[in-house]
Amino acid sequence: MNKVWKFHNDVDTDQIIASQYLLLPDIEAMKQYTFESLDPDFAKKAQPGDLIVAGENFGCGSSREQAPSVLKALGIKAVIAKSFARIFYRNSINIGLPVIVCKDLYEHVEDGGQADLDLSAGTVTVDGQVFSCTKLPEYMQNILNAGGLIASLNKEEA
Amino acid sequence: MGMTLGEKIIARAAGVDFVKPNDIHTVTLDRMMSNDGTTHLTVDMYHNKLKNPKIADKDKVVFIMDHNVPAENPKTAEAHKKMRDFAIENDIKLYEGQGVCHQIMMEDYVCPGELIFGADSHTTSYGALGAFGTGVGCTDFLYAMTTGTSWVMVPETIRFNLHGKLREGVYPRDLILTIIGDIGANGANYKIMEFAGDGAHNLSVDDRMVLCNLTVEAGAKAGIVEPDEKVVEYCKAHGREAVHMFKSDEDAHFCEVYDYDLSKIEPVVVRPDFVDNFALLKDVKKEKIAIDEAFLGSCNNGRIDDLRVAAEIVKGKQVDPKVRFIVAPASKAVYIQALEEGIITTLMEAGAMVMNCNCSVCWGSCQGVIGENEVLISTGTRNFKGRAGAPSSKVYLASAATVAASALAGYITGPED
Repeated sequence: MNKVWKFHNDVDTDQIIASQYLLLPDIEAMKQYTFESLDPDFAKKAQPGDLIVAGENFGCGSSREQAPSVLKALGIKAVIAKSFARIFYRNSINIGLPVIVCKDLYEHVEDGGQADLDLSAGTVTVDGQVFSCTKLPEYMQNILNAGGLIASLNKEEA
Repeated sequence: MGMTLGEKIIARAAGVDFVKPNDIHTVTLDRMMSNDGTTHLTVDMYHNKLKNPKIADKDKVVFIMDHNVPAENPKTAEAHKKMRDFAIENDIKLYEGQGVCHQIMMEDYVCPGELIFGADSHTTSYGALGAFGTGVGCTDFLYAMTTGTSWVMVPETIRFNLHGKLREGVYPRDLILTIIGDIGANGANYKIMEFAGDGAHNLSVDDRMVLCNLTVEAGAKAGIVEPDEKVVEYCKAHGREAVHMFKSDEDAHFCEVYDYDLSKIEPVVVRPDFVDNFALLKDVKKEKIAIDEAFLGSCNNGRIDDLRVAAEIVKGKQVDPKVRFIVAPASKAVYIQALEEGIITTLMEAGAMVMNCNCSVCWGSCQGVIGENEVLISTGTRNFKGRAGAPSSKVYLASAATVAASALAGYITGPED
């Protein structure tokens, strides 16, 4: 089972990681500021394996790859949303952070509640109720399976 | 079935005759741009993550420092040094403090029909010259720089037929903010927004850049105006030749079609904290919303026309003493032209602080940051919570005319009051 952090529609990349932290030397230095404007203690409270569940258009706004990167660095297992903004979606796959479109889950899970994500089956289970997630196109699934775009490039060149 | 303008650009980049939405293609990129928002991370990955670090074609790569330039603290200076050293070592063209990345790309590089990746969301701007520009993260950028290629999933295209002309006192920014208000912040997610019709061709290339730049705020992968003679002239004036002048076929498929009569567009003020939080100036100004700061600049609205409009409004008047009025011309070329036209003098005499060419207030960590509960009216690209400073601060978006008039009044209003 995984703990759920629930967020609203249109969570933009400035909320995930604000611009004043983007030029810090690396992701490790940035991750403590994740979601600072929405919950200043998020980074302290989040545990590896936790899930983010959100509404529509998660990750809209800037192309800053620091946004999915800080989530991954905190150990977030996956982001499950009704829909994602395209750059965030692509960046997440490229760095190997699972981003999962699931239209029906949102209304059935509470902030702080528990959900069981089975990545290989593409399902999320809440209180025994199973929700199916939209499958990634094979091309993108292969990038994710390889551990991200650079890992997949290194493999091609091996 | 025919292809849309954007589909034709992807087909050209993929070296195939035909593409259709949801196909995935490997494409050869015409150009790649990265700025100081993420390049230090790209450089780290280049050195530490790549098994075989190399640059496919350095002449297609452009580095631009515009977000936090000149550096505002030692950590930024370090990040900049990493970017600068990498550019010098690898003979990559580097611009430092010469302007906002998209304005420089338009002035010096973009050609119609090109497919360009930029490590910045507002790369959609290049559609003003009939190119397909799209924003990517630093991993995508690194892959593209290393291989010269990338993959794209072909998006569907939404067509916007624009008719007629904007009325006096109404600007392209009012038009695009109206369109985003209509379709929503998610309204074009993963789609191309294509603009055509006599109303699109009536707009200058700079005006078209205002439209294409903000299409990402509706989620678009690209925003493209059907190129015409004005594009050819712009390229020529900047020493380039327009070769691939694509248009959508008569039988191309559009997933949606909208028609806009430009003469019906009115001045807009977008309220915090979402770009689709549309309102009309005539309604907002009744509230006399007090402001602490007014910003004129950014890749969306820091060009010569915008500075001219503002100078005309503030000429011989004084900015309200409670307001900081901050101006950042979008590029060196814009700045010099504004100097020559006396615009900078007019703005400074009215009390404006004129900054160097950079992302400035729009980016919220460089200069002109606003404090707790402060209110900003801005020609910037976004009004997200805390975008320009403290999380409790508020950002309203409007045209250069409304920003200048509000700077004088001390509250949100238009130039006619």
